[in-house]
Amino acid sequence: MKVIFSFLFLSFSSIAIHLYQQKPLNQSIADGEEIYADFCLQCHMDNGQGVPGSFPPLAKSDYLKNIDQSIHAIKFGLKGPITVNGKSYNSNMISQGLDDEEIADVMNYILRSWGNKTDVIITEDKVAAIQK
Amino acid sequence: MKTKLCLFLGVFAIVSSGCDAQENGPKIELPNSIDYTYEIVADSIDIPWGLTFLNEKAFLVTDKAGVLYHIENGIKTEVDGLPQVYVRGQGGLLDIAVSPDYATTGTIYFTTSSPLGEDKGGHTALYSTQLENNTLVNTKLLYKGDYNTKKGQHWGSRISFDDAGHLYFSIGDRGNREVNPQDITRDGGKIYRLNLDGSIPADNPFVHLANSRAAIYSYGHRNPQGMVTHPETGEIWTHEHGPRGGDEINIIKAGKNYGWPIITYGINYSGTPITDITQKEGLEQPLYYWLPSIAPSGMAFVTSDVYPNWKGDLFVGSLKFEYLERLKIKSNKVVKREKILDSIGRVRNVEEGPDGFLYVGVEGKGILKIVPKS
Repeated sequence: MKVIFSFLFLSFSSIAIHLYQQKPLNQSIADGEEIYADFCLQCHMDNGQGVPGSFPPLAKSDYLKNIDQSIHAIKFGLKGPITVNGKSYNSNMISQGLDDEEIADVMNYILRSWGNKTDVIITEDKVAAIQK
Repeated sequence: MKTKLCLFLGVFAIVSSGCDAQENGPKIELPNSIDYTYEIVADSIDIPWGLTFLNEKAFLVTDKAGVLYHIENGIKTEVDGLPQVYVRGQGGLLDIAVSPDYATTGTIYFTTSSPLGEDKGGHTALYSTQLENNTLVNTKLLYKGDYNTKKGQHWGSRISFDDAGHLYFSIGDRGNREVNPQDITRDGGKIYRLNLDGSIPADNPFVHLANSRAAIYSYGHRNPQGMVTHPETGEIWTHEHGPRGGDEINIIKAGKNYGWPIITYGINYSGTPITDITQKEGLEQPLYYWLPSIAPSGMAFVTSDVYPNWKGDLFVGSLKFEYLERLKIKSNKVVKREKILDSIGRVRNVEEGPDGFLYVGVEGKGILKIVPKS
């Protein structure tokens, strides 16, 4: 009996902690916009249009359909040729040193900006689960 | 009229193009004939930020990701013993330079983004160290900028020396342009001057001003990533990244204000203006400004006779346009610009080696040595 209570207690507290950590989506998007301006805008530009031939677009980018792959690129960097919307790119994107929460925020912002649409909410846990 | 034309054009050019000011000459040219080639002397380095020669055969290269390489006869070895490097945004392991008295003291200086201090985030730090058995020893923190911030931008950094026993290094505005560059009680947006032992020279311009950072030598800078000592005058020359447009070359003078962000030839990345003035009394004018921006990194004069016609010319890397730029300068005026190594990749650094050859750091490639064709 005692064990069951302990178990329930632990479950509730972990859920509570989890909910506490999870910030509202609109706050995440707002924070993500700031991160974008700080770390991403210089190459991917102010409307996510990228730079033809050098830096791929994020606006209506088919690369973003694979969310795990996109998170992986932000988290660990991206090297080697890729194809985005039918065009090939081969620039080196280095890891920006963002923490998991910041990556979740900037993903939530990117996935809802410049014509991008999604119902998916990226959480800190989701980012933490993406391994090298 | 210009404003009207801009507005008129603006209606059509909705795609982020603002009203950039007129291109600044002289126009960049391609060489008439290419009488040089290059060889790779260190390969596979992602961001070869700093480069310094221990002797004619061996050199050290920093990779921004926080790795220090020792290279001798084409063999690249990782050096141990770096302090904590805070890799964040444009920051990481930055410049490295042997001391002018390296032959007798073995002292090496380097700058890095550092999380040391109480506040969250980081700022640029300067260390001295020595190299023994491929390990850094006697590593000392000489200067640490504050206040820390989690901003990713503008850490600088470059290191140079004069012949009077001083070390100079740069820190960028750390992404806080409204506060840092014009406030000499805070770090960031400055060129600093120290003695070789890290102490502050008694004749630094702001030593007697209450609350000021006594190591500051000049201020009002945005993000200087090029610094070199002029081979004849001994003056410290720097360049810095402007915003969109307005990268600058400056000659650094004690206590002077180089104007960022009060005056600039650039505009915001979004196309909106930062200020409507490009000059103001009491603020230094650049020796040259690049418009459009080339995103300059690394800076070196050719002092040797290795290359025909290049002696005395200034070389600057372009991250944005992926070439090495050669600038011919007469009476402190840029009279000719030329693309060297066109489309080579993002040029992060350029140094003249003790053998008189130019060594160029290219992102993703490594270190290239420019060799005249015989």
